[in-house]
Amino acid sequence: MSYIPHTDADREAMLKAIGVDSIEALFDAVPETHRFPKLDLPTPRSELEVSTELEALSMFNISAKEYAVFLGAGAYNHFSPAAVNQLLLRSEFYTAYTPYQPEVSQGTLQAIFEFQTMISRLVGMEAANASHYDGATALAEAVTMAGAIQRGRNKVVLSPGIHPQYREVVRTYHQNRPIKFSGDRGGKATLLDLIDMIDDNTMMVVVQYPNFFGQIEDLTEIAKAAQSHKALLCVVTDPVACAILKPPGAFGADIVVGEGQSLGIPMSFGGPYLGFFATLEKHVRKIAGRVIGETLDIDGKRAYTMTLRPREQDIRREKATSNICTNQGLMSLAACMHMSFLGKQGMQRVAELCWHKSHYAADEIDKLEGYSVDKGQPFIKEFVVTCPKPVAETNEHLLHHYGIIGGYDLSQDYPDRQNQMLLCVTEMNTREEIDMLVEALRTVNEEKHIHVELKA
Amino acid sequence: MAKWKSPSGYKYSKSDEWYKVDGDLVMMGITDYAQDQLSDIVYVEFPDVGTKLDAGDSVGSIESVKAASDVYTAIGGEVARINSSLEDSPEQINEDPYEAGWLVEIKVSDLSPLDDLMDSDAYAAYCESRQ
Amino acid sequence: MSNSRLEPLIFEISRPGRQGVRMPAPDVPTTEIPATLRRDNLDFPEVAEIDVVRHFVRLSQLNHGIDIGFYPLGSCTMKYNPKVNEAVARLPGYAAVHPLQGEGTTQGALALMYMLQTWLGEVAGFEHVSIQPAAGAHGEFAGILMIRKYHLDRGDEKRTKILVPDSAHGTNPATTSMAGLEVIELPSDEKGDVDLDALRKACEEHKDTIAGMMITVPSTLGVFEEHILEIVEAVHNVGGLMYMDGANLNAVMGVIKPAELGFDVMHYNLHKTFSTPHGGGGPGSGPVLCNEKLAPFLPGPIVAIVEEAVDEDDAPLYGWEMPEKSIGRLKAFHGNFGMHVRAYAYIATYGTDLAEVTRYAVLNANYVRVKLKDHYHAPFDRMCGHEFVLEGHWPEKAPGIHALDISKRLMDYGIHPPTNYFPLIVPEALLIEPTETESKETLDEFVEIMLKIAEEAQTNPDLLHDAPHTTPVRRVDEVKAAKELVLCCRPILPE
Repeated sequence: MSYIPHTDADREAMLKAIGVDSIEALFDAVPETHRFPKLDLPTPRSELEVSTELEALSMFNISAKEYAVFLGAGAYNHFSPAAVNQLLLRSEFYTAYTPYQPEVSQGTLQAIFEFQTMISRLVGMEAANASHYDGATALAEAVTMAGAIQRGRNKVVLSPGIHPQYREVVRTYHQNRPIKFSGDRGGKATLLDLIDMIDDNTMMVVVQYPNFFGQIEDLTEIAKAAQSHKALLCVVTDPVACAILKPPGAFGADIVVGEGQSLGIPMSFGGPYLGFFATLEKHVRKIAGRVIGETLDIDGKRAYTMTLRPREQDIRREKATSNICTNQGLMSLAACMHMSFLGKQGMQRVAELCWHKSHYAADEIDKLEGYSVDKGQPFIKEFVVTCPKPVAETNEHLLHHYGIIGGYDLSQDYPDRQNQMLLCVTEMNTREEIDMLVEALRTVNEEKHIHVELKA
Repeated sequence: MAKWKSPSGYKYSKSDEWYKVDGDLVMMGITDYAQDQLSDIVYVEFPDVGTKLDAGDSVGSIESVKAASDVYTAIGGEVARINSSLEDSPEQINEDPYEAGWLVEIKVSDLSPLDDLMDSDAYAAYCESRQ
Repeated sequence: MSNSRLEPLIFEISRPGRQGVRMPAPDVPTTEIPATLRRDNLDFPEVAEIDVVRHFVRLSQLNHGIDIGFYPLGSCTMKYNPKVNEAVARLPGYAAVHPLQGEGTTQGALALMYMLQTWLGEVAGFEHVSIQPAAGAHGEFAGILMIRKYHLDRGDEKRTKILVPDSAHGTNPATTSMAGLEVIELPSDEKGDVDLDALRKACEEHKDTIAGMMITVPSTLGVFEEHILEIVEAVHNVGGLMYMDGANLNAVMGVIKPAELGFDVMHYNLHKTFSTPHGGGGPGSGPVLCNEKLAPFLPGPIVAIVEEAVDEDDAPLYGWEMPEKSIGRLKAFHGNFGMHVRAYAYIATYGTDLAEVTRYAVLNANYVRVKLKDHYHAPFDRMCGHEFVLEGHWPEKAPGIHALDISKRLMDYGIHPPTNYFPLIVPEALLIEPTETESKETLDEFVEIMLKIAEEAQTNPDLLHDAPHTTPVRRVDEVKAAKELVLCCRPILPE
């Protein structure tokens, strides 16, 4: 059998040592009536057969390798240096468990410590944890933390500019708790509207920066309003944009969360991703999830270890800050490597490329008849285009005639945004691709069948 | 000699808190046994001064590296003082649980709930019995 | 502050102006970025590519992993992570697919997820599966929210209590609280099973308010509850639902189908049973499975067949469906798809032989158990599942030695320690799980080392107290770490 090394002789010797005649005899305690059911599964296959099958199946997906992608909305097609994937395949990293034993886990521990530091600096906060499942769950945990800090308050104001799926997840997490979520219903509230909703019962205000539509809003006033009511300010952010933008911490955020997939993690049809979570030192004891700290070993050598452990489920059980047990260890490692390879200049350059390319695309599309780009606010990487036709129809045209994966259909989540498409342009999109997108949008009404030229 | 100290002049609860009465003020902390069970204490969380407490309420929590323990009061009242020196040196609870390691002082109107608690000898026997 | 360190921080080898991986210049006309939007400074590493590579290679060398040596970490199932899984998950047709692409462009991924759901369901005997949860604890959370919503949907609002054995993983009580419900802890009997009398009493006392019970099968002590059918019946009789924590599935897969024992809902850990790598603490994947009763409440959306195939040569059309009364979405997008690909490859490899995994996992655990039980105190001397518990101390023969000392000493022999101090109900617990992928030679070597350590504990206890001696760092000061919190590298001033 594939990964079981026993020979017949091994098995017999081991059964003898145990004092039974068959493996079946080891299962006497299992209710006999239910023991050893038949499994309706495929016949066992070799590595060659399985990898051939999976390769064949993968061909039924259209990938960013062959198609130009202008779709973002929370998952992004970014570059990552070849070295990241190669180092990630070092099995000292990926075949290790959670670093409960610091003496044999310094590699994982130090890398997470570096990751915590980079995230803190990027978003302008004092501390970060080792990560959450994704950006959405990090936000859900931020609400839990706000509840623990703000006992007696039960209102959370959510901006409609937060990723719609994140808002759904927050509500799933807290469905049995007496928390009132307001602000995002209807999908139209502006930051000014949100300011009016903050009161002395508000535990936290959550905004996204840049928001779901790619817009960069000034958070100064809402931060002030939150502070005046002693409400916390939580900002959902994009780590790529933070490399050049004024970071959320500079506005006075108490908690900053977000999706770190852009930092060297493949889109992989939605996961595994990387939720990051940063806060101020005064709140760290209420943080959920794993936290790595610096210390010394008995010889005085610098060492890293998991710390603030009594918050966690294995010790505190029903009083734990969360039930979270894993972090996205390998994903935080990938992000740490990615940020190290790009470094200060590379991180800033990627953000600038996203800025310039998205603006070039927006300007060109805005010139097209029937299209208009929302330029009411400064934007980066993503922007909203109102199209002459429904987005679904437009995207069909882009895909079938130009080999382009088009933008996100905003009418799915915002009913008043009919025909509005959220387009995303990153450093991966060449000028040729952008020009092709513009051409494709221009010809949306033409019954034209162009031969699709794939990238590869 | 007993493994854990339980000096006289204090009242002791089954959940390992001690109480010392001074007029209408009751000082409380955790016992030598409790600090030994927790081992190295690294953090103490306090209630705010002025918090109104009922008997059975939590008056904060104490964390060691490997455990966390909530501290409950057996007597109602109002938090008059907290031992803020523990914020910087929580190890005082390990070193001197009955003096320097006190936690909070509560202003009370009715001392009678303390009558149900153990005295020094009874508490010492209670600790032994759990060994 | 000591200057002694293993490997500098990436920030410490940074030099202003040094460049890592270069990014291209813009190939489009540029647009000015307003100064008002810009940040002042970004204090980030500036390190050459070769030095970043060396930094992470050296860090990797400070870790123990399954590919380096034996990893008998109980309750974690540290089995071999097949390399083909890594290769297929990185195929561009999976790794470079955007999660919001239309269904027409992702039929391969959807078909894979659908098959995985079907296979996972078959192994457990459940028809309804959501593979959205990102980890075991996330799957548990889904299950408990589903139980609560099921009761609410029937108009029964009083059911807010979950029974949890005292031997349970910490995630069980933590999940219960997170779902806004209350834990009733149940004691274990002297054999390590749930105390049936206490269970019956609790069921009687709280009969109108019990939402359900969470239980691990086999238990966290690695033993099959002898009365599992009675436990299920007792809880069902008072209207509660049964949740199975599938963390220990490596002792059950193909041996019993949890659905047939009467469970209503459970989760899997793909990173334990189905060989996806632990990654130094994640990513995991925690599919949740349930019966008809709970199916409308599953987290979603879930992959479904939206159009049946017309004939045998045709493929059905897959799409997304939200269960009718779903608890909602538990994470953005569709779950940890990369882990789904790996688990698919694993199940496809074993196919109908999947039960062999369990048989050999249980064989290995019992083999090591009988070899050690006369040298270490075994609190439950009975046949075990995929893991077993020993007490890591000898109060008479070697006073002062604790389970932790034994664990640390194992590191000197190149073996990762077993799980320490869990389950909480066994003093000085050492929870040992060899898994099926270890050969008899590896197990024999481990036994030999464990016997040697048992001897050292008596002849040279300081060797254990001071262990480990050979690891990159020795015992670390956790009190200092917790008291003087340093969670980020302080800014490094230029020399």
